[in-house]
Amino acid sequence: MERIPILKLGAFLLVTIQIDLYDRLALDLEEDLVAMVEKTSVKGVLIDISAVGIVDSFMGKILGNIGSMCKLLDAETVVVGMQPAVAITLVELGLPLKGVYTALNVDKGMELLRSKIEIEDIVEADDDDDTSLN
Amino acid sequence: MAHTLNNKKSEILELWMKNQLADSGLRDDLISNKDLRVQSEELVNALITNLNDNNINNSESPDFDKVTELLGGISISRARQGFSPRETGNFILTLKEALLEILRQEPSDVNVLFEESLKLSRLLDNFTILTFETFIKGREEVILRQTDEITDISTPVIKVWDGILAMPIIGTLDSARTQVVMENLLQKIVETGSSIAILDISGVPAVDSLVAQHLLKAVSATRLMGADCIISGIRPEIAQTIVHLGIDLSQIITKASLAGALQYAFKSLRLEVKRSALEVKGITNLQ
Repeated sequence: MERIPILKLGAFLLVTIQIDLYDRLALDLEEDLVAMVEKTSVKGVLIDISAVGIVDSFMGKILGNIGSMCKLLDAETVVVGMQPAVAITLVELGLPLKGVYTALNVDKGMELLRSKIEIEDIVEADDDDDTSLN
Repeated sequence: MAHTLNNKKSEILELWMKNQLADSGLRDDLISNKDLRVQSEELVNALITNLNDNNINNSESPDFDKVTELLGGISISRARQGFSPRETGNFILTLKEALLEILRQEPSDVNVLFEESLKLSRLLDNFTILTFETFIKGREEVILRQTDEITDISTPVIKVWDGILAMPIIGTLDSARTQVVMENLLQKIVETGSSIAILDISGVPAVDSLVAQHLLKAVSATRLMGADCIISGIRPEIAQTIVHLGIDLSQIITKASLAGALQYAFKSLRLEVKRSALEVKGITNLQ
């Protein structure tokens, strides 16, 4: 059966979605990812969706769910590389992905995660650089 | 009758030209008398040559294809040149007068004359309607083209700094334009990898709840892409309307001026704008 690979990259997990997600695959990803976060106890998850051209409300919901679940497991989620068309669709569907951070590309996503984790480590209040959706 | 008119072609043209030139609405600034004469002559020729007793009742007869084609060309070009509808209408109505005048000069029975003028009138009225239709179509084309141009021109995305984009919006925001604005902005964000986008609405005449909703959508979409969106250029009266309408923009970073937005952007990118040392020295010297 098809699976989306989850790579461990230093202190983060990296998921690159290269194909259009159908519902079963998305649910499997959710399950695998949560298990992986628990197993590796990482502090951050990067989901690269730059190759995804089509989204529906289910996919939007899954992304939001992943974010909330990882948060429960003490990991931050950053969705990176969203295509303009996808962003417009999600907004039109009324799914602004609450609880998930976003970044333009993997590089910036890493930077964002690092700054988040640093802040948590030294317990500092606020940072100007965050692009929180809350 | 067609025969009579055919013989008097040049007289008709002269009379028509006289009528046109005598008309107070003559636009010799838009079209020279010579061009007008060429146009008129072509039309008279096409009309009189193709006119016969069979097709006089039917303006849609294929015999008149040449006439309708000429009329269409003339009225479209007039619409573009900026003639008023009245001036364009008068062009063909003065031809009718000239034709009727010539017909009147022919010795014939009153009843026959009446019948013939009625037929001729009807034919030319149909041509007038046709002229109007084409004229309006021409004008609509002009308007459509301008609308397209405005949409294209009024949504430029400017790169103000490395990582900072600005988009001044000019004119009212409706759904179609928001879509264009949003697509342009998001595309540019991807291309340049910018992390801050400034939407400047100082050129938007009014903000109602719908426009505000469109703005919120644009902001949410840029956030989803991983960039921050600042709305600047909010005039006092716009601020008043927004609050009176009960629109909640508290989720969005808003600044009064583009300068304010830029300052915020610099701050969040940890950039600093400083007066150069030399100039600072100059100022201290003055003090």
